[in-house]
Amino acid sequence: MNIKKILPQLLTLLVVILIFGFFSFNAQVNMENRGITFGYGFLSQESSFDVQFSLIEFDGSHSYFRAYLVGLLNTILVSVIGIIFATIIGVVVGIARLSNNYLIERTAAVYVEFFRNIPLLLQIFFWYFAALRALPLPQDTEPMFGVFFLTIKGFFVPAFVWNNLDIFIYSIIAAIISIIFIRIYAKRKQENEGIQTPVLSISIGLLLILPILSFLFGGVDASVEVPVIKQLSQSGFTYEGGIKLPPELISLALALSLYTATFIAECVRAGVQGVSKGQKEAAASIGLTPNQVLKLVVMPQALRIIIPPTTNQYLNLTKNSSLAAAIAYPDLVLVFAGTALMQTGRAIEIVSITMLTYLSLSISISIFMNWYNKKIAIKEK
Amino acid sequence: MNKLNFLQPDKNNLNTYLYTGTILVALSIFIVFLNSFFNKDLTSFLPGTLSFFLPLILGFIGLHLIRIDYSGLKFLDSINKNINTNNFNAFLSLLIVFVVIKSLPPLLSWFILDANIAGDSKDVCTGSGACWTYIKIWFNRFMYGMYPNAEQWRINLSFIALAFLGTIGFFATEKFKKYLTLYYVVVYPVIAFFFIFFFISGGPIFFDFSYGIIAAVISVIIGFFIPSKFKMYYFIIVPITLYILLKYVFFYEELIELGKLEALEWVETGAWGGLSLTFIVSFFCLIFCFPIGLFLSLGRRSDFPIIKYFSIGMIEFWRGVPLITVLFMSSVMFPMFLPEDMFIDKLVRVIIAISLFEAAYVAEVIRGGLQALPRGQYDAAKSLGMGYWKMHILVILPQALKLVIPGIANTFLALVKDTPLIFVVGLLEIVGMLNLAKTNPEWLGFAMEGYVFASVLFFIICYAMSKYSYNLEQKYKTER
Repeated sequence: MNIKKILPQLLTLLVVILIFGFFSFNAQVNMENRGITFGYGFLSQESSFDVQFSLIEFDGSHSYFRAYLVGLLNTILVSVIGIIFATIIGVVVGIARLSNNYLIERTAAVYVEFFRNIPLLLQIFFWYFAALRALPLPQDTEPMFGVFFLTIKGFFVPAFVWNNLDIFIYSIIAAIISIIFIRIYAKRKQENEGIQTPVLSISIGLLLILPILSFLFGGVDASVEVPVIKQLSQSGFTYEGGIKLPPELISLALALSLYTATFIAECVRAGVQGVSKGQKEAAASIGLTPNQVLKLVVMPQALRIIIPPTTNQYLNLTKNSSLAAAIAYPDLVLVFAGTALMQTGRAIEIVSITMLTYLSLSISISIFMNWYNKKIAIKEK
Repeated sequence: MNKLNFLQPDKNNLNTYLYTGTILVALSIFIVFLNSFFNKDLTSFLPGTLSFFLPLILGFIGLHLIRIDYSGLKFLDSINKNINTNNFNAFLSLLIVFVVIKSLPPLLSWFILDANIAGDSKDVCTGSGACWTYIKIWFNRFMYGMYPNAEQWRINLSFIALAFLGTIGFFATEKFKKYLTLYYVVVYPVIAFFFIFFFISGGPIFFDFSYGIIAAVISVIIGFFIPSKFKMYYFIIVPITLYILLKYVFFYEELIELGKLEALEWVETGAWGGLSLTFIVSFFCLIFCFPIGLFLSLGRRSDFPIIKYFSIGMIEFWRGVPLITVLFMSSVMFPMFLPEDMFIDKLVRVIIAISLFEAAYVAEVIRGGLQALPRGQYDAAKSLGMGYWKMHILVILPQALKLVIPGIANTFLALVKDTPLIFVVGLLEIVGMLNLAKTNPEWLGFAMEGYVFASVLFFIICYAMSKYSYNLEQKYKTER
């Protein structure tokens, strides 16, 4: 070992240790002065605050840990909604950008350039404070298709009331598992005997038949509960029954999906353009139909380029959903790093938990992505 | 005359098809146009649904009729090739044209025709359109935040001076071109720092700024007479000595005297805001995040395990958390880590936080460029006897950075778009100012105008940046 190799490393280590030591020393002194002891015991204490919108039951008598769960679930909810819509819009716009129709290509390009060059926070504010505030009051709302009510107080949609919901879910899970087995079987059969099995129609059939059977014999029963207008006071109205999607959720999901869709659209475009023309021509020349060319030759290669950056965008969307704090949507940052922090004053513990949550999420996704990239990488001979 | 086959337009009856089709398309557009601009419904005699879809049907048939391949007419061929290749495309094209025509009048009326800009109170805004008076009255606040009106020339002057100093590179003669990198990487950021933190901030600290300038000017003038052998040492030692002398020996008394006079009013950073703060924050983060990111990316590829894993940890940590939690950390957690009597300004904390955050992204972008270089470049540089730093500065980085211009530009764009988030710590740049103005009881109900205004501003800034980076990319594209 020569000194030239060890010295810089030791110096770096020394500086890092010094900085951390300095910080933790100060933190100890500061906490002593304020009479707080470091620890995560507060998580089981009674939280004594309320959350506007939560997927699980929550009120002041629940613990801070449950408040953390409420925030986490709300973050996951808005991320999942955002990811679904961003993917749909992104794929459509990405394909539109490849269209040979000049008008469609330009429209898609204008959409992409416009929405990606405006800060996401501004878009969230725009939808929440300007666009959704222009919606009618509950009593003046015209129903959409008779059952949906889009009002200034939120979007009211009908809810399903289930009997024996678990059996219905089991039937769907059973259908999915059997589809997986059929696919494996069909693949093996094609490799061994060269006979193709109509997997798609069997899958759709299974997905339809098993749930229907559960309705007929499993005792599953569903009825629809339509929201009904209710007078609260002289001029205050609201809807009862059904599901209420608060305007915060709608504006956040809208802004997130419209913003992220522009990036996904670019990924899709780059992916499809990345498949060389020779591949398509070669596929066509061996007699594949246009649909088969798309399904068997273009898509597998395009997806290899599309999926990694798109996953990155999903991750960005999830991280960006923390902007919810700006419009008071009760996500992880607002509920936990906002309200709970104000109440307990435990800045270090709470901020570290919040950061660790996001960190573990993104690191697990990036580990998965590395694994996936290795799996799909072209194996060159 | 041949028999007309309406399902299969052909070239033999070109004129018949062309005229019929053109008339139908023109008619459909005309109907929509009248309907949207003059509110006249030509087809009102038809039942509701049919009347609604009639333009679409007419246009569709018209486009079908003019879809003749190789007609020999240039214009027709280009239409057919671009917007009318098949039925589905024709349908979508018509839809887009109609939607544009339909949405023009309401947009025009909101933006221009029914909008108000005259007057200086909200009473003039009676029309159904936008109230640009609101923007006009609040314009100063949107640009400068709570910065005192009488002192705003300082911001303007600083920005103009910095813009001027920034463009010097374009006018540099061949002789000075080799110094440009040094200028932009070292000199310019220091000047910018002095301008913003001493000149815009003002107060007693402004005298430091003046002493710095005096010291710099004097040392440059004397520097011309120093032999080049000693120049480097000279420029390190003399300005600093001069500055210290000026501050603590020659002008010490005057400083105390002038400190009472307050030549430049002190403006605390809490009062800064508006678009100028957006520029200040993004400018400094841009300057700081690039070198940090560069070192992190080099560290990640280093052979020294401690440095390597430290860099990996830094990069993955900052990339894994949302910016808003980083800002939370800088505002509520970071003060706990400092000694009690030590106080770091809010703006400085925010700038450090955003710089570290973006540096991780810059590091990954640069790593992409470093990985894309063939091994031969490293081997060639080493075989010439270059050491690590010489190899990177002279051979590797110039090529790698050229490759990653688009990626770095994208990161900088993201940085500019992230600046509004500083509202979390209570700094109000333009989006924060909009939210403040929106809640002013005198001016309730103009949120839309404010957000549209800010969106247009941001769009212009970001779009210009992305176009500029595209040009840069084209300029530095070299065949390899």
